[in-house]
Amino acid sequence: MSYEFLQTLWFILIAVLWIGFFFLEGFDFGVGMLLPFMGRKDEERRAVINTIGSVWDGNEVWLLTAGGATFAAFPHWYATMFSGFYLALFLVLIGLILRGIAFEYRSKDSNPKWRRTFDWMIAVGSFLPSLLLGAAFANLARGVPINQDMMYTGNLFTLLNPYGLIGGMTMVSVFLLHGANFLTLKLEGKLRDRVREASKKLYIAAAVMVVLLAATTYVYTDITTKIGIDPGIIPIASVVILLSTILFINRKMEGWAFISTGVRFVLTQVAFFTLMFPRVMISSTNPEWSLTISNASSSQYTLTVMSIVALIFVPVVLAYQGWSYYMFRKRISTDKKSLVY
Amino acid sequence: MDPILLSRLQFALTTIYHWLFVPLTLGLGWFVAFMQTRFYQTRDETWRKMTKFWGKLFLINFAIGVVTGIVQEFQFGMNWSEYSRYVGDIFGAPLAIEALLAFFMESTFLGVWIFGEGRIPEKVHLASIWLVAIGSNLSAVWILIANGWMQHPVGYIINESTGRAELVDFLALITNEKAWVFVWHTLADGLAMASFLILAISAYHLVRKQNMAFFKRSFQMGALAGLIASTLVFLGGHTMGQFMYESQPMKLAALEAIWETEQPASFSLLTIGDLSGKREVWSIRIPYVMSSLACNDFSCEVRGVHEIQMQYEQQYGPGDYIPLMVVTYWTFRIMMAFGFIMMGASAWFLYATRKKNYEKAKWMKYVPIGALTLPYLANASGWILTEMGRQPWIVFGLLKVEDAVSPNLTTVDLLISLIGYTAVYGSLAAAMVYLMKKYAIAGPDAALHESVDAAPGRVGAQD
Repeated sequence: MSYEFLQTLWFILIAVLWIGFFFLEGFDFGVGMLLPFMGRKDEERRAVINTIGSVWDGNEVWLLTAGGATFAAFPHWYATMFSGFYLALFLVLIGLILRGIAFEYRSKDSNPKWRRTFDWMIAVGSFLPSLLLGAAFANLARGVPINQDMMYTGNLFTLLNPYGLIGGMTMVSVFLLHGANFLTLKLEGKLRDRVREASKKLYIAAAVMVVLLAATTYVYTDITTKIGIDPGIIPIASVVILLSTILFINRKMEGWAFISTGVRFVLTQVAFFTLMFPRVMISSTNPEWSLTISNASSSQYTLTVMSIVALIFVPVVLAYQGWSYYMFRKRISTDKKSLVY
Repeated sequence: MDPILLSRLQFALTTIYHWLFVPLTLGLGWFVAFMQTRFYQTRDETWRKMTKFWGKLFLINFAIGVVTGIVQEFQFGMNWSEYSRYVGDIFGAPLAIEALLAFFMESTFLGVWIFGEGRIPEKVHLASIWLVAIGSNLSAVWILIANGWMQHPVGYIINESTGRAELVDFLALITNEKAWVFVWHTLADGLAMASFLILAISAYHLVRKQNMAFFKRSFQMGALAGLIASTLVFLGGHTMGQFMYESQPMKLAALEAIWETEQPASFSLLTIGDLSGKREVWSIRIPYVMSSLACNDFSCEVRGVHEIQMQYEQQYGPGDYIPLMVVTYWTFRIMMAFGFIMMGASAWFLYATRKKNYEKAKWMKYVPIGALTLPYLANASGWILTEMGRQPWIVFGLLKVEDAVSPNLTTVDLLISLIGYTAVYGSLAAAMVYLMKKYAIAGPDAALHESVDAAPGRVGAQD
């Protein structure tokens, strides 16, 4: 296999890992942020947590694997992005730590104060990564200051520009909607009705943010020079799918509503990575200094070895993770006897 | 403050902290899987209770290892970007494989195990805890392969045009003997730590005459496994020393405080250095022992720090190649002394269980609980020794720590993250210790009834 082919393959594979992460952990984050607002009684909050109880940890591994794969396949991308976005990623990590512990510890003590504290840790710990990863992705598309030595020369506030903030808030709003759709799919009774009502309002927020992000993308990124005014079929399909979501919500087609928000993540991410390709980090200082799949990658040997490993094990992982979803496909009730977390 | 020092402090903090919890996860997983298997085979209710009780403690501990592990995966790029560029080709591969092979497995099947009881076939539920134990230990194997390469680089070339290390032999990377001795030493250490936790908690209840059958069986298991595991830890550590003799002589000399080359070499019982940690003031030594430990030969030569320093200056250019001796010397002694005490203590516990009423013995009140500190201190000391002993190198002989940090990070960046991690990790530890203690003291019945209304006593009264 040629070097260029392998580099492209790993670009695609890392894109797939991110897509998996946004699709799966996206609803985990949404559920986490909705927790203090949807569950009024303790059993209700427990039911909300139990909808993602068996899967959140496995979903988070998609992020870890995306990080690990970037390290192995594109060390310069890993080094520049992770050191450059240092404080943003630090806050992402703090968020992930808080929510991970909170899921496991929250119901292991009956003190209401203890539980309330951990509930808020779940909410805040879900909000921080959503906001900051959204901001990070928007900034990747926009370009960040990178010098000729592949070094990031900005700071945390460089990332908090208008486009970055729109990206962050868009991510929060679409995760909220995705999470609400997941909850209506997994809950029952009054709690489900409450989430469905909320999802209608969340839909408006998400739709506004998505349109705003799409419009500002023409202002802040090089989409017009790279792709042109007509963005192609994928972004348009993503908007059409977003429009369909509200129909599914209103007709109580819960499975379809959830699939529609999920597919929208897939399409937006495909659009994002298409815009980036073959660059992995755009330098706003000088386009010549951008990191690309060819100047940031590992050796051909490492890419070959890693391709073989991935070819064998990715299908295995997909199979057992899919199986675990199938095993726990039933709805979650607020009956205490059936709650685990 | 110096950004390099801050990054090193942060790495030390996050890594030592992570490794306070992970060995218990590695070891206790095997115990819980074994207990559940015994219940599956015998239908003996005590085995089921044991699975539930020790499984509950396993989960409380597991969570901390998982969340602090995310930091580990990301901090190479965040704090050590030049290191990541230099070695990504090689070091990144086992890290990515760890995530793909081990993290997915342990996290997915842990979810299945926690939520699956009574919902999925019993056999599948049993298989899932085995997969969790295998997955977490497999993850240790891959990260130790990565660390083994930093201690003893193999299977690479330096690409002259890019100035980076590149992988040329994947098989050499994953069959690095140094790494596999690490694996042996570390996995056995996990089992030893779990054994001592089981011993301590069992003794607590036996002294109070609670759930006698349950805790006697646990105590016996802990003693037997503890003896086997701590013996394996010792043998692994001994083999590691002999590897060090060949591949990292400086570390070996530094942990023994051998300043001048000796033939035959003596073993230091106590050495006092001067304040710089680089000159010996006074010591008590046993002749011949170090030679025999290092190379199975009473008369072989063990090179001293000064001679190796001179050789490295010629080989790598001017610089200070001597690790901070006061740290390597004392961490080695703590690790080794505690390791031996663990071997002795578990042998003694095992011997004691032959008597019928051993729980009435006076020492049962204090010794097993006190001994729980040993694996924690020994384990932390071992890692401080192996990482500090490699200084000034981050990758032995190839890249120095000072050349590995992220050049763009400011003191303010690093202070924010260091203080942030310290605060968050501190609170996590407090919550974890609180829960561990509560569930350990509440005993097996409470663990069985958690999450249902009929919970007795203090635990989860409203669950």
